[in-house]
Amino acid sequence: MNTSKFVAKRLGQLVLVLLGVTLVTFLVSHVVPGDPARMLIGQRADEQTLAAMRQALGLDKPVWIQYLNYLWGLIHGDLGTSIRTQRPVLNELLSFFPATVELTLFAMGFAVSIGILLGLLSATFRDTLTDHATRILAILGVSTPLFWLGLMALLLFYKYLGWLPGSGRLDPLINPPTHITGLYVVDSLISGDWIALKSSILHLVLPSLCLGYIQLATIARLVRASMIEVLELDYIKTASANGIPRSRIIYRHALRNALIPTVTIIGLTFGELLGGAILTETIFAWPGMGKFVVDSISFLDFPAIMGFTLVVATVYVLINMVVDLLYPLLDPQIKGVH
Amino acid sequence: MELKYYRYFAKQYPLTVVGTLIILIIGLVALVAPLISPHDPLQLHLADRLLPPGHTYLLGTDEMGRDLFSRIIYGARLSLAAGVGIVSIAGIFGTVLGSVSGFLGGKTDLIIMRLMDIMLAFPSLVLALALSAALGPNFRNSILAVAVVKIPVYVRLVRGQTLSVKEKHFVKAAQTFGASKVWIISRHIIPNCLAPVMVQATLGIGEAILIAAALSFIGLGAQPPAAEWGAMVSVGRTYLLDQWWYATFPGIAIFITVVGFNLFGDGVRDLLDPRFRH
Repeated sequence: MNTSKFVAKRLGQLVLVLLGVTLVTFLVSHVVPGDPARMLIGQRADEQTLAAMRQALGLDKPVWIQYLNYLWGLIHGDLGTSIRTQRPVLNELLSFFPATVELTLFAMGFAVSIGILLGLLSATFRDTLTDHATRILAILGVSTPLFWLGLMALLLFYKYLGWLPGSGRLDPLINPPTHITGLYVVDSLISGDWIALKSSILHLVLPSLCLGYIQLATIARLVRASMIEVLELDYIKTASANGIPRSRIIYRHALRNALIPTVTIIGLTFGELLGGAILTETIFAWPGMGKFVVDSISFLDFPAIMGFTLVVATVYVLINMVVDLLYPLLDPQIKGVH
Repeated sequence: MELKYYRYFAKQYPLTVVGTLIILIIGLVALVAPLISPHDPLQLHLADRLLPPGHTYLLGTDEMGRDLFSRIIYGARLSLAAGVGIVSIAGIFGTVLGSVSGFLGGKTDLIIMRLMDIMLAFPSLVLALALSAALGPNFRNSILAVAVVKIPVYVRLVRGQTLSVKEKHFVKAAQTFGASKVWIISRHIIPNCLAPVMVQATLGIGEAILIAAALSFIGLGAQPPAAEWGAMVSVGRTYLLDQWWYATFPGIAIFITVVGFNLFGDGVRDLLDPRFRH
């Protein structure tokens, strides 16, 4: 199958998966709650408003018609109105979106670069102290409650050492850079605003390292496994039999093939990071979608919660599709297989 | 002879032994909580609000003057219940769905598996958050929500296992004798899938405890004044900069418990799966 057919097939699957995602959010928002109308307008609403809401939602109609109505709304960008802020959920989420993207990208960059490095070290120095240390780090990584790690980091680096700022995206006295992408680091670079650049990078350090740390260990273990597998293949043995130096074999011959499976993991890791951002943003008062949804929880702001769920799942599905599409570019063998 | 074997085991798998010990200790603490906790976990001592760790209150007190140490001891019950409850529910439903899907094949298989794929399109914490908000925020619902989110893991595992078991001679023989589908699935397929399910469940307890605690932390799980670790960290967060002990100790309890289950789970997998054996 050639590349364009592969892309077309994947896009077709994408539509189906996204439909499936809306089916799940529909079930969770319209079928699971005892009284969806009350969930959508809040606990304080009176009976009259509730009755009007039931009518407006078409809750008296068959479930499949309700689903079609729900889809129709989504197609028109209608994710409902937030109970807490009384603004359309889509607008709210869009305004918080860039902050979450910036945080997850930095966390990802940290987790991937250090993760690959650690995985590589463990694989090349297999069963040595380095390897055991990475294994223990990996187990500690998947065992740490992210929300607690953030609090401990705040205590140490913000309160006791005073090295790093503890909340927000910028110092309160600094004006945000001109809005171009919404990512403060990128925007301040483009507009040459060095004060904002420094402040935004400093504010990113703690949240992104905490968020990335949890995933770092997972990536390191996978790179290790994949590297060990590649190092046992015949072409590596041939290369060492030919007297090519070991460092050259590792970096030029083995690493390139060992990293291919890692790309898939990066796609999957994004899901964990988007989930983890809920906790990290809350701890560090980072004004992203995660903090928005947690703030909504205390108001039982159901439209906001469901809108967030839908947007995050959509982003996650799209990222994984991009990863899938990149795959044949990295690994020429795959093209023939699909 | 036996002692020698244990010593060999401890030397070969030191981390597994550490994990097992941690779980045993936490389990014991949960069991005898009323006997060993120095104070009533819910008793208010309004004169002793937010005291630092000391003689009377080993790990300090919270904003209502409740003893943190006693609350952490009682919290072991909730977290263990959450962890074991989640993997049991997810494991049972996942096993039934997976074996039915794999054994029947065809449309049933297609529908079940596509549904599972779609659930996997959501990050775990995000779907658990939405479900538990829809069910209503309380401890029981948060466990149900996490369990539902974890079902696909078991469905995929058991379905794969079922596909290979159903080709075995004893299953074919049962079919020739006219055994019903329900009989074959429950008496032949499921018993032969249990080992990997148990391994997966053991490996999953730590993560389950973490997600349940995270839900409590953001206000969707156990509600105050329940002595739940995640909820305690959540309230302690307000007092973090001046009363560091409040959020710190319940978090350490979660961390140690989850480390215990993860070390134990890793060891169980290593023992049962020859691919991971050293």
